[in-house]
Amino acid sequence: MAVRPRIKLDKKEAKKGDIVEVKALVSHVMESGQRRDNAGKTIPRKILNKFTCTVNGKQVFAADFEPAVSANPYIQFKFRAEESGPVVLTWVDDDGTQIVGQDSIKVI
Amino acid sequence: MTTIFNRRQALAVGAGAAGAVVFGASSRVALAKNDHAEVIQKFTGGKTPVEGRVKLDMPEIAENGNTVPMTVMVESPMTAQSHVTDVLVVADGNPRSPVVTFHFSPASGVAEANTRIRLVATQNIIAVAKMNDGSFYSTKKEVKVTIGGCGG
Repeated sequence: MAVRPRIKLDKKEAKKGDIVEVKALVSHVMESGQRRDNAGKTIPRKILNKFTCTVNGKQVFAADFEPAVSANPYIQFKFRAEESGPVVLTWVDDDGTQIVGQDSIKVI
Repeated sequence: MTTIFNRRQALAVGAGAAGAVVFGASSRVALAKNDHAEVIQKFTGGKTPVEGRVKLDMPEIAENGNTVPMTVMVESPMTAQSHVTDVLVVADGNPRSPVVTFHFSPASGVAEANTRIRLVATQNIIAVAKMNDGSFYSTKKEVKVTIGGCGG
């Protein structure tokens, strides 16, 4: 099941050194592993545990998520525009699958 | 023993034993071990963080503990000489204390990030920032939670 993250950059073009804000939302249950089903069995944990953002191949921001991050995790952060290139956001699931989203930034 | 109870059973036992009204959420918190002090110690390598430079922006009262907006900001020029490398966020009342860890670099430009988190009950949120020179700064904020957000 392919999940398409929603990614929004506050600007498409930036001057060198400008701060660009990224907002991203991905749909995922983020099952905490704390909940129990009706039979009293623990529902196994299934979360996105790692998030990284690279701009033109260089990492600008990363985060480690714990079960305390809400379902359909939203993340907002900023980076300094240095060079044009693709902005790639990657989420890694507990089972090893990756959710990848992409946008681009043009430095003028 | 107690860990096999689901929320409803825990509630019944709690209410029966104490003879008082016990919320499911609060009895769960009492049962769960929260190791936020250890988690912070591990993150800082035993150092005590200094209060300040870190700002946590969260609502005073969160109606729904399932999704509480949280913004962390750290004052820093974010240059190669002086920048924030990591920010750890812990909750002292959740069944598991770590919430999220952000990793910054000079390319981040600004040490600021926002996400939405789960809080099981009214508790303190602590953010600890690690600087590239090895110093640590922290801040604490209490958030009142009306409906807990870790499910039952």
